[in-house]
Amino acid sequence: MSPFRRRQGRAPVLAMVTWVYILWSLLPVLVAVRISFNSGKSRSTLQPLSTRWYWGDPTSSVWHDDHLHTAMFNTLQLAALCMLIATPIGVAMAIGLHRWRGKLSSAANGLMLIPIVTPEIVFGVALFLVFTQAYTGVPSGMTRQLIGHITFTMSFVVVIVRGRLQAIGGQYEEAARDLGATRLQAIRLVLLPLLAPAIFASVMVVFATSVDDFVISSFLSTGASTDTVPIKIYSGAKGTSTPALNALATVMLVFTLLAVLLAALAMKRMNRGDDDGGAAGGLAGLSV
Amino acid sequence: MFAMPGVGWLLLFFVVSVYAVMAVAFGAVDPILRTPIPAWNPLQWNARAMSSVLHRVFGGDLGTVFVRTFWFVGLSLLGCILIGYPVAYFVARKAGKYRGLVLGMLVLPFWISYLMRMMAWTNLLAPDGMVNNVLHFLHLQGPQRYWLDGNWYTVVIGLVYGYVPFFILPLYSTLERIDGRLIEAGRDLGASSAQTFLRVTLPLSVPGLMAASVITILPMFGDYYTNTYLTSGSPKTEMIGNQIERYLLGTSQPQTGASLVLILMAFLFVLMAYYLYTTIRQQRLADR
Repeated sequence: MSPFRRRQGRAPVLAMVTWVYILWSLLPVLVAVRISFNSGKSRSTLQPLSTRWYWGDPTSSVWHDDHLHTAMFNTLQLAALCMLIATPIGVAMAIGLHRWRGKLSSAANGLMLIPIVTPEIVFGVALFLVFTQAYTGVPSGMTRQLIGHITFTMSFVVVIVRGRLQAIGGQYEEAARDLGATRLQAIRLVLLPLLAPAIFASVMVVFATSVDDFVISSFLSTGASTDTVPIKIYSGAKGTSTPALNALATVMLVFTLLAVLLAALAMKRMNRGDDDGGAAGGLAGLSV
Repeated sequence: MFAMPGVGWLLLFFVVSVYAVMAVAFGAVDPILRTPIPAWNPLQWNARAMSSVLHRVFGGDLGTVFVRTFWFVGLSLLGCILIGYPVAYFVARKAGKYRGLVLGMLVLPFWISYLMRMMAWTNLLAPDGMVNNVLHFLHLQGPQRYWLDGNWYTVVIGLVYGYVPFFILPLYSTLERIDGRLIEAGRDLGASSAQTFLRVTLPLSVPGLMAASVITILPMFGDYYTNTYLTSGSPKTEMIGNQIERYLLGTSQPQTGASLVLILMAFLFVLMAYYLYTTIRQQRLADR
């Protein structure tokens, strides 16, 4: 590897394509955020800055319009509950699948992977039909939406945590067992701390997926009281809408980015000296 | 043991749900109320509804929608490859010290709500929006173009914009893992850099290219919100997802909708099976 052979960083055309792509991927969103600060009703031109659509407007700002903040609370509540339920089930399933051998284990593993490749509309239709035709006892609205979100996101947790388990290998747990820990102690005291970065990454993925979900929420929605932010944004395409929708989307964006940032910082602290395992690692692992 | 709650959950809410789609599709319809009567016992299945839907898919009105869906997905995939490959290649092999930064920017769209990203485009592409202003300023077109009026290219731009981040990451992780020594060897043996790319890097990246394509194609086939949102629901850009959604939620003909879902899944079966097969094989290798 003589130095003159190194061609790293010498690809001006590729570099330009990449930066143009990044600009293209982020600029529209920045414009949408800017429009949320418009003082007038236009959603397509830039008007003088104001906070009218956040709280200034007495009827249709995010702060004053009941429909908008109901949607926001619904979305955050769904995401929080989904995180709390899908993550532990998923982590346990990853640990279980990792050590379980045999025919039945392959079947369970396949079952876990299928939701990842199932188009969301199939999910939405299937859940809609099962709740209206079979599980009619489950309260409609948010309970059903929550079950849907958990079913949809659980496999992501399993895949991310399993990737980490494979990277860790079995020796730490075996050492703990040799030193006299019970199986549960070995998991609690050794394995779970080692898995923490992956668990954090999957919590973030579950949160982002749930907050972002439109199809399942919409198929299981029962009207305005169970609308989520994506549903509100979607229905804003028809009829007249104001920059309040942009403001709503911006507030959610800030929430998500803050959550991701906090989780990433926490992960970095836990992860000192470890090479990767950040959000990118988790996501990349998810999609391989 | 630990896998049981997860397996139970998926059986109860995923497997049974998908089975409910079959029970409704092959069931009967109440002659007076027009509500579906699902046939839970496969021995009582009747294929009348399914065969009439199949007739409409092969040569009927639904056929045009299917063909259009294939076109949209195909063109969007092409767009994803043309944009995504250079970007993934640059980040994986040429970005040098900027790699962390660029990777962070590539992951950013994951944390921005999909519908917010689409909303941003409806703001930009409005008749008095910025895209028209810029194009007009550059003398590339007259004062106005109605982008959001049901144009196929608006839908394709939207789909590419929406899904290209999901395309880039799996491809990136494959390109990044290609052994640099193989590329060095190609150069040492006298190949030009273009030849090395075509004969070493490109063939080695095919698995990543396939994974990235499958992971973007599957959700695109079930997409109905991107096109609806970007064309205010114009029938000229309707995809198969729109029909499914309408039969289930709009007009109440769940039987037709359920049949369409099964037909869509049959079309996608090969892609889903390919993804499952490669993922399970990779897991086996990692488990060793």
